[in-house]
Amino acid sequence: MDVMPKWADVILIPMISLLLAAILSALVILAIGENPWSALKIMVEGALGSTYGWGYTLYYATNFIFTGLAVAIAFHAKMFNIGGEGQAVLGGLGVALVCLYIPWPHWSLALIGATAGAALFGAAWAIIPAYLQAKRGSHIVITTIMFNFIAAALLNYLLVGALKPAGSMEPATGKFPPATFLPSFQDMFSTADNTLFRGAPANVTFFVAVAACLVIWALIWRTRLGYEIRAFGHSESAAKYAGISPTKIIVISMTISGALAGMMAINNVMGEAERLVLNAVEGAGFIGIAVALMGRSHPFGVFLAAILFGFLYQGGAELALSTSIPRELIVVIQALVILFTGALDNMVRMPLERFFLARRRAAKPKTKLTPAE
Amino acid sequence: MDLLTLLQLLDSTVRLATPLLLACLAGLFSERAGIFDIGLEGKMLAAAFLSAAIAYTTGNVWLGLLAGIGASLLLSAIHGVASITFRGNQLISGVAINFLAAGLTVVIAQSWFGQGGRTPQLAGAARFNPITLPFADSLREVPVIGPIYYELISGHTILVYVALLIVPLSWWVLYSTRFGLRLRAVGENPAAVDTAGVSVVGLRFAAVMICGVLCGLAGAYLATALQAGFTKDMSAGRGYIALAALIFAKWKPWPCLWATMLFGFLQALALRPDLIERTLGFNVQTQLLDALPYILTVVILAGFVGKAIPPRAGGEPYVKER
Repeated sequence: MDVMPKWADVILIPMISLLLAAILSALVILAIGENPWSALKIMVEGALGSTYGWGYTLYYATNFIFTGLAVAIAFHAKMFNIGGEGQAVLGGLGVALVCLYIPWPHWSLALIGATAGAALFGAAWAIIPAYLQAKRGSHIVITTIMFNFIAAALLNYLLVGALKPAGSMEPATGKFPPATFLPSFQDMFSTADNTLFRGAPANVTFFVAVAACLVIWALIWRTRLGYEIRAFGHSESAAKYAGISPTKIIVISMTISGALAGMMAINNVMGEAERLVLNAVEGAGFIGIAVALMGRSHPFGVFLAAILFGFLYQGGAELALSTSIPRELIVVIQALVILFTGALDNMVRMPLERFFLARRRAAKPKTKLTPAE
Repeated sequence: MDLLTLLQLLDSTVRLATPLLLACLAGLFSERAGIFDIGLEGKMLAAAFLSAAIAYTTGNVWLGLLAGIGASLLLSAIHGVASITFRGNQLISGVAINFLAAGLTVVIAQSWFGQGGRTPQLAGAARFNPITLPFADSLREVPVIGPIYYELISGHTILVYVALLIVPLSWWVLYSTRFGLRLRAVGENPAAVDTAGVSVVGLRFAAVMICGVLCGLAGAYLATALQAGFTKDMSAGRGYIALAALIFAKWKPWPCLWATMLFGFLQALALRPDLIERTLGFNVQTQLLDALPYILTVVILAGFVGKAIPPRAGGEPYVKER
């Protein structure tokens, strides 16, 4: 029997971890001479106070849903995919090639093509470390870190060379053709006399991300493959005994993970920049780690955590504009969330478990006494 | 390529390899004790910032060095508490430490100095300055040996010589002392160490703290010797290259020296594209040179060039049986 009720594991522990991270962040803000309460107000106002703010929040959240799901599915197979960053870089390359070199008649077809390209390239970048882990025993964390750097070098090489339009000085591809421009929230939700989400980069990709959450949920909990992945994650030896091939599970789960991380590119490359630039990923691959940990590797949790981090990112940008608090404060908050929900999980869990155990022990004698009365 | 150019290239190799070497040896102690550490990068960065900040405010680089080591030790302590005391995931803890350092250094630098996340330029006694070894000037004219002594061996900062001395020291500590034997044992079979009545927790904390000191030296070298001041993200992936070098070196002290020298040489080459073109007759992309350490590490890890076998208990928290 579990020591704790399920709700405590799923809701209470992440909330306490988040609270600890928030308290420490507030102390950092205090230490640099600003008021945490007014900082929070600026963040909420800037990120959630207008459709413009929401447009940015949801745009960032879309990135984080993809990378968060990528890390989450790997977690289910007990793999730590720290290479989301590199896989998203490669996904961007896939999107750029599809958008630049195929004449698309309509954005909807282009979206399907670009999604396939992004997923393919992202998956390809994850398959090599997965194969090396499964067959040669090279530690996946180290290889995926190395692949992040190799991806950055590769993109740098391509953007100053083959993919740069003639005469341009900037390391970036040319603008994608207009037929591949995705409809933004402004295009979709504005009425003739009321412009909503003005200029914000949130676009139709958000719905692709939501669909991805549903698909991954169904995959993990409603299919045979998902069962095998979870079984492998819980106990490799038991899974082996049950006839599940470790190689297959490692490679397939990492392929899906890489594809999801790559698909982030349809949001930032195709939806927002409409061309491929250096540093397009901006660390979203790493935020996926925080999102997956916070969301307890469940697609719905990932969705909520991604919205939270989207809020932090947009709020942090507003904060940097109107106070002396730099944007890097968000990196600190992100680090604290990873620390408390990931590495220091037991610090929160152990006292809570003791609390619930003590409560159950206190409750038990009473139930035993009732028949005697 | 003449002798002088070659010597200059090797000279900058030594300069660039030093932080890699220190970080690599830091990782060596931690990982031989069974604690994976991908937080080398963050510890270097934190040490770089605090050493530069304190060196600037006090004007004394040695105080800066101490402060840098202190910052790195603090992060090491967090890593130790998370991965040894609370038996958390060592990799995730390392990731958190890297982000913590990346964020906090800029936030604090902005608050203290207001220069966009940098420290002011360091000068004079606030920096480690090159040391000219005895007779370097007078021997300079002696053919071959003179230039080698003057250009390559003399004229580095004290931290370079310290780093080079730490290699034999680490080798001696790890392979010839009781502490070293126990430290290696705790990375291979902690249960055996525990049965022998030696504290697994104590040994692992000691290893993590040694790692902190060495990362502190590496970071302080970056900000106060290699460059004159802290800039945002100045560690620039060196912690990860050191990790790659550690695998390349198969977790042994002397190979750590050769591996980091090799990677330092690649970095030095990437700074001189003109030299490559003149020597080889064709242009090698600098991006390829940048990526080469990582590619080599993947090849080594894949076991195509000799197998790299990590310490057996690496990455696993030790749980005493009850």
